Amino acid sequence: MSTTTYNVIGTRPVRHDGADKVTGRALYGADLQLARMIHGAVLRSPHAHARILRIDTSKAEAFPGVFAVVTAADFPEAPADKIVDFGEGDTMLSSLRGNILASGKVLYSGHAVAAVAAVNAHVAAEAAALIEVDYEPLPCVLTAPEAMAPGAPILHDDLPNGNVAELIRYEMGDLDAGFAEATVIVERELDTATVHQGYIEPQNATAFWSSDGRIHIWCSTQGSFVARDASAAVLDVPVSQVKVTPMEIGGGFGGKINVYLEPVAAMLSKKAGRPVKLVMSRRDVFTGTGPTPGSRVRVKIGVNDAGKITAAQAWLAYEAGAYPGAMVGPGAMTVFACYDIPNVLIEGFDVVVNKPSTAAYRAPGAPNSALATETVLDEIAEKLGLDPLELRLRNAAQEGTRRADGPRYKRIGCIEVLEAMKASPHYNAPLPGPNCGRGVAIGFWFNAGLPSSATLSVNADGTVNLIEGSTDIGGSRTSLSMQAAEVLGLRAEDIHPTIVDTDSVGYTGVTGGSRTTFSTGLAVHDAAQIVVEQMKARAARLWAVDEVAFSNGVFSANGQSFTFAELAAQLGATGGPVSCSATVNPKGVGGSIAGLIIDVKVDPETGKTDVLRVTSVQDAGKAIHPAYVEGQMQGGTAQGIGWALNEEYFMDTAGDMRNGSYLDYRMPTALDLPMIETIIVEVPNPGHPFGVRGVGEANIVPPLAAVANALYRATGKRLNRVPMNPATILGL
Amino acid sequence: MKAFDYAAPASLPEAVGLLASQPSARLLAGGTDLLVQLRSGRKDADVVIDVKKIPELNEISFNPADGLTIGAAVPCYRLTADAAIQSHYPALVEVASWIGGTQIQGRASLGGNLCNSAPSADSIPLLIALGATALIAGPAGRRSVPVDEFCTAPGRNQLAPGELLVSIQIPAPAPFSGAAYLRFIPRNEMDIAVVGAGASVTLSNGVISAARVALSSVAPTPLFVPAAGESLLNQMPTAEALEAAAKIAQEAASPISDMRGTAAYRRHLCAVMVRRALELAVARAQEIN
Repeated sequence: MSTTTYNVIGTRPVRHDGADKVTGRALYGADLQLARMIHGAVLRSPHAHARILRIDTSKAEAFPGVFAVVTAADFPEAPADKIVDFGEGDTMLSSLRGNILASGKVLYSGHAVAAVAAVNAHVAAEAAALIEVDYEPLPCVLTAPEAMAPGAPILHDDLPNGNVAELIRYEMGDLDAGFAEATVIVERELDTATVHQGYIEPQNATAFWSSDGRIHIWCSTQGSFVARDASAAVLDVPVSQVKVTPMEIGGGFGGKINVYLEPVAAMLSKKAGRPVKLVMSRRDVFTGTGPTPGSRVRVKIGVNDAGKITAAQAWLAYEAGAYPGAMVGPGAMTVFACYDIPNVLIEGFDVVVNKPSTAAYRAPGAPNSALATETVLDEIAEKLGLDPLELRLRNAAQEGTRRADGPRYKRIGCIEVLEAMKASPHYNAPLPGPNCGRGVAIGFWFNAGLPSSATLSVNADGTVNLIEGSTDIGGSRTSLSMQAAEVLGLRAEDIHPTIVDTDSVGYTGVTGGSRTTFSTGLAVHDAAQIVVEQMKARAARLWAVDEVAFSNGVFSANGQSFTFAELAAQLGATGGPVSCSATVNPKGVGGSIAGLIIDVKVDPETGKTDVLRVTSVQDAGKAIHPAYVEGQMQGGTAQGIGWALNEEYFMDTAGDMRNGSYLDYRMPTALDLPMIETIIVEVPNPGHPFGVRGVGEANIVPPLAAVANALYRATGKRLNRVPMNPATILGL
Repeated sequence: MKAFDYAAPASLPEAVGLLASQPSARLLAGGTDLLVQLRSGRKDADVVIDVKKIPELNEISFNPADGLTIGAAVPCYRLTADAAIQSHYPALVEVASWIGGTQIQGRASLGGNLCNSAPSADSIPLLIALGATALIAGPAGRRSVPVDEFCTAPGRNQLAPGELLVSIQIPAPAPFSGAAYLRFIPRNEMDIAVVGAGASVTLSNGVISAARVALSSVAPTPLFVPAAGESLLNQMPTAEALEAAAKIAQEAASPISDMRGTAAYRRHLCAVMVRRALELAVARAQEIN
């Protein structure tokens, strides 16, 4: 456990962007106003699968107030086999471009087909409705098992295995021998529905394609450099021709890594010669961006009399949506990631279906697979008469444990999280009465490294400006400033963070993979150390000494001393300003384990679930700003509970989403959840100077299974599909 | 949303005159349904007539003889804050506080809820249970229609071209009477009823002398089930009697499956929700007076 003492890290300063956010002064993409700006609308497919026979834009182009109309024909052709990678894995450029504006076929209801720019958004929408598209409707397929079946409608002619885009297989030990040693074997198959991240702020993009060829994009994105690189690839221009200014972001959860509107706004601007703004409606967000895959996962686990897992097998089929790239890889890698298991076989299938192309969502792929593993373990614990946490403790992964996909863990906090759950007040409290049940589950997420950059400039008044490129979703301005302050011996308030455009800071990966406090934090840490060295040199010059010590914000040598501010005031006279940058590409990523304890009460007449008490436990490595860590834990838990109980894309048989609004999508509101209790566990990551692991994602992995296990205790039923909504609880 | 003309008449005759010349005009009170429908393209409008500035449509009045009159444009927040309604129609206060969130209740009206005529409308089963009538004005003068006959199909009602709703009139509550509306939603707020049930009960010497039951979200219109209430006449309000009435209401329902629930689940809920609404109405009838 963490023992180092810090001055700033671990405290709870007010966030730097707090005043702007609570007074409404913070500028989001939809707030942007530019001189001569015009507005766009996107025409979307009403069909889940159809051939485009003809697109006639002439009436829209002739409509008064219209400046430009674009279709896929306006974009450069994508070479058939060109692969692009923006730090999140390989993608076919043709898929990326095909999803931006359909050509040849539409592959889901909501697939963008054309776009219009006009004097205002209403005129643009009216004109878009005048675009004539002749479709030849094709049969659609909406689930992975159906898409894998013989005779299923085929989405892409160029995939070698029908609708299966990728097959993953991880194998370790001897599976048959392992199951032969087991005395209890349980196998279950569980389905999950397609769900959306549910960020508040819809996607938006404003672009201006200048007559000199420079393209400036303002958007809501988790990664300005990824948005730049993806837009440049779609538009087939060099990355240096594009500048992305990230606006404030109203939630992303993985869903704002991909580009949707940016290249369309740019192409409209090129044709119109004016800045063009595009803003999605809520329905556009549901049907035109990337939800997380629906899935079918089958898990079989064998345990011996001692409660040790002897073998485990998993079969996973994830719905990628229209283009390859379901998160089945991470689903397969995490399915048994919490446990030390000698004999393992994992098979994963990435399956295309006629639904929106899926995107990342908070620990993408892991909740789906953990649902199966953690409910099977619950059943095994019951059969063995073991406490469910005790069964997990007997099999918990630890330093040196090898995962079936290859890596061996460095220091990891699985046992510590389980012990904290076991010792928690919640786990030791009685349930309040009949029809109540308590469930537990744990989950793992890798977290990510990826490059980050930061610049620190010392002001003459002793404060420091921090220039960085990580868009701030969860309070990273402050968690980064705190790391700079810790190194520099300053207060968090003495650091002034600014998030700048892609021309103004070194390359920085996405705010995703729980990596910002870790990776950009490391860049800030390294830059701050350079600042300290340069400041020491200035003090040495002033004092004419060779060695200067620095501790708690004070430079000293031979009985003389300067505070940071005193020395900062003398920089001008000692050689000029101090401004230091660092770019990192760290390898010492530390995975995070999270656990959940949840109590529910089920109305036996209506099947309605009330959530009574929830405790989220997570290994943060080191909590830089504990309040923000708690916020991440509570947010991931709330999303996971919504996913477990009521959320789903409700599609009709033609593949049209019938509940594309927050009225009917049924995310939990503040009235549906109690205050979520949190227990932060700190097992420092040896790969980060402050021990940071990253906390944004692991917390969403346990809730699906924990809710399912709690419902079982409350009702005596084990359901095999998420969402476990009131009707399914009653079997109606 | 397409551009439309907007008019805000200041009197009922002016509104009726405007409507006569623009029979296809859309009427706007709070706009919490209409503006959403226009924005999403589910409806369009050339002319929108805002009725909020008409004094008669903004009145709330109660007297023990005639009962309660609620102007068609009175927003829900005024109902929940009204002392007479709080004391005589507690179920109405509950319904007005369930339609939308706080901001919506600043605009949304029971009149709008009735004229939107959704099968799932939360206020209509209660208005039916309370025996409410709709006062309508039009080119031919004024007429009254019982709320239980007002809705004719999803989104359709008895308002003829040129007519508008003036007010909803609810009889004074009888001694030893109580009413309730309960809805089932999978969340705790901000949702559309999977099934809603309104009930009213009047007791005479402990025996049920009048009862009315209505449902929402289980038929093309909010559904009045006279037989359910009639089955309770001259009965003690026993669990068996209420259960039997609930079963009658369940039999009358013809729910469909959609994103909010399956037909089988809705049918099941009908009996549960009607029984619970009757139980609450009986408890209220027993506790007051």
